[in-house]
Amino acid sequence: MSRDAPAAPTFLDAGESALVVEFGRSVDPALSDRVLALDAALAADPPEGLRELVPTYRSLMIHYDPLRLDRARLIAKVEAALSGPAPVASRSGALWTLPCCYALPHGEDLAEMAGLLGLTADRAAQLHAAGRYRVYMYGFSPGFTYLGGLPEPLAISRRPRPRPPHDSRAVLVGGGLCAVAHFAMPTGWYVVGRTPERLYAPERSSAFLFEPGNELAFEAIDTETFAALQARAETGEVVARREPA
Amino acid sequence: MTALRILSAGPGVTVQDGGRHGYLRYGVTVAGPMDPFAHAVANRALGNAAGAAAIEVSPGGVEVAAEEQPLTVALAGGSFRVTLDGEVQPANLVLRLEPGATLRLRAGDGGMWAYLAVAGGLDLPPVLGSQATHLRTGMGGPGGRMLRDGDRLPVAPAADAGAATGEIVAPLLDRPPNLVRVLPGPQDDYFGPEAFAAFLAGPWRISERGDRMACFLEGPVLTHRLGFNIPSDGVVMGAIQIPGEGQPIVLMADRQSTGGYPKIATVISADLGRLAQARPGTRIGFQCVTHAEAVRALAAERAFLAGPIPVEPLRRSAFSAEFLLARNLVDGWIDGLRPD
Repeated sequence: MSRDAPAAPTFLDAGESALVVEFGRSVDPALSDRVLALDAALAADPPEGLRELVPTYRSLMIHYDPLRLDRARLIAKVEAALSGPAPVASRSGALWTLPCCYALPHGEDLAEMAGLLGLTADRAAQLHAAGRYRVYMYGFSPGFTYLGGLPEPLAISRRPRPRPPHDSRAVLVGGGLCAVAHFAMPTGWYVVGRTPERLYAPERSSAFLFEPGNELAFEAIDTETFAALQARAETGEVVARREPA
Repeated sequence: MTALRILSAGPGVTVQDGGRHGYLRYGVTVAGPMDPFAHAVANRALGNAAGAAAIEVSPGGVEVAAEEQPLTVALAGGSFRVTLDGEVQPANLVLRLEPGATLRLRAGDGGMWAYLAVAGGLDLPPVLGSQATHLRTGMGGPGGRMLRDGDRLPVAPAADAGAATGEIVAPLLDRPPNLVRVLPGPQDDYFGPEAFAAFLAGPWRISERGDRMACFLEGPVLTHRLGFNIPSDGVVMGAIQIPGEGQPIVLMADRQSTGGYPKIATVISADLGRLAQARPGTRIGFQCVTHAEAVRALAAERAFLAGPIPVEPLRRSAFSAEFLLARNLVDGWIDGLRPD
């Protein structure tokens, strides 16, 4: 597939201490690639005064100290990184396999969502587990992971009104995306399953598991396996599997 | 180990350090002080690092005492009513707190937040490297919650126990809230020139709905030119989101890491405290400044914090309630409930 040369990004100020490098305005894997490539390049060679990098769907927010890192110098640094040799697509290419129980009581909204899509619950779960996802970004709450790559038959709008709080570690579908939520909270998404893995575990050496850009697959498990894996996850063990992508 | 005892705490009193930085990319809220400059002034007046853990006092107020050993403490922020064993004190000060003495802060003439710092800094177990309390995720402070009566907060050893006591002289803390400086964007192009002019002019009334997460403004309805749903992107403290109903929401310390509404402008760092200290009902407008002006305002704060914070010895002008009552100056007093 041939593409036109990608448009130059736009530099937008978010106050005097953050710069947004915006590659476009839509949710698009090609834009995400460019965001994550810049994220990786700046993380590998951070200029003095850079504080934090926050990749999102289509832009990278760069938090910096403007008294140590001049805005013009930061922009020059970003432009140099963009024109340099293409860096690896993300900081650590990896494929994660995340166990997910679609059965009740965990996949609370699976049947409801499947009905709206004209599918059986089993078929919706099969489709979901067959997908190959990409971690676009985190947001909303610690460990809340936004995933692209939802199989087309599962594309459904978010609920018109939020539903009551789901359990922690919910696997969600809505707005054409998939997500995994570590913290229990009300949501406008459909709860299709639950993972025994802890996406946020502050006492674990890696408090968070996935980096934006990582790939992710789900593996369907039954309720007994869920209970066993959950017990292991509580002790700090990582029950998701990681392999190089 | 030295410690600070919370004798009583109103709702919304929390432990805050400079914030939980470095984890925004994983969706972790920064938290930290609502008025970062006042928080830093209180710490620096004691020789602490600017971001040391201190108590953020809400209008609910707090009463504290030193446990076992004397502590040097500093207060800075809103015009709270401060008393030490009943004796009225200036709102911004450094004092020696002897065991047995009670330091009390109550909402006063103005402002929403006061910072009570202790020489050495509070020493609670950090979560992801920070003691900053974030109630929604239960991180920081004592067990991720607000302070309550009876809490005992450990204090780290002070590098410099001999901080001068007296009133803190910090003209930069005197920030009338009526005009708040902003940089346009990052999504100012989602609004036409009329909407942007209306945004600057206001006037905006600070709503009662506000909390540590956001400040809600009421005023003219702002209309979007390009719609109001955008793919979520990063947000900073001070980001001014305009949701569908056209009333601004300024994201504050407990904001989420990303947001999905267009951000018409961003409050400059040096004016975050100005906005945070504005009480519900206050009317404000916005003024656009350049990036260079915003950096200069930040540099002025940073320069003030880098040097020794000026502290003037107290003149004994205040009389305690106990002192006045003991002098029986209230001979003509009549009990309005029991008129004889």
